[in-house]
Amino acid sequence: MTTEKTTEPLWWGLFSAGGVVAAFLVPIHIVLVGFALPLGWISDSGALYRIWWVKLYLFILIVLPLYHWGHRHYFALNHMGLKSMSKLLAVLCYGGAIIGTAVTAWILLKV
Amino acid sequence: MLRELSSVFIALFLVVYLVQIYQLTKGPDAYIAFTQKLSSPGWILFHVVVLLFALYHSVTWFQSSAVVLPVRLGDRLVSRQTVTALHIVAWVIISLAVLILFLALKG
Repeated sequence: MTTEKTTEPLWWGLFSAGGVVAAFLVPIHIVLVGFALPLGWISDSGALYRIWWVKLYLFILIVLPLYHWGHRHYFALNHMGLKSMSKLLAVLCYGGAIIGTAVTAWILLKV
Repeated sequence: MLRELSSVFIALFLVVYLVQIYQLTKGPDAYIAFTQKLSSPGWILFHVVVLLFALYHSVTWFQSSAVVLPVRLGDRLVSRQTVTALHIVAWVIISLAVLILFLALKG
């Protein structure tokens, strides 16, 4: 139980940082990726994704909202009466976000 | 509940974006082909739904920030509506900055 107490501020911190990133940055990226590029308003060959600080920015953009999602769902599913499965939920929610972090880092480094 | 759902859609979008960036490991042609694949009606509809959820998340996040982080000027408390409006102004400026940077850096 003590480990839960000590790590909780970290998850809350990542949760709010992810919420801020999702609120301020995600909508414009949806417009770019979902509409501007496919519908031909803008053309792009992806060269910008090779710039190191663009990669760093994308890492923050993609990873922090995953922790926001993980934390929110951990509590939402607990409140929905799945408390008996609390440990499994923690593994799925936070584990999912941690795997997402690793996959994102791997892809961005490989590009 | 809608807010929980909004984060699922935002996460799904980020996965699609990551898959798009991954195409670059196979070369620019694969990347361009993937962006064109997203022009099908199904994908456009998906992105319309995602955008609506994302906008809902943004606006409700700004509203709750105004409640959680009250702003004081001297001994006067700035109204929640003003704090929310300031967040929205900052959001518009940040979005324009991202758009301008993307246009400046795209190849």
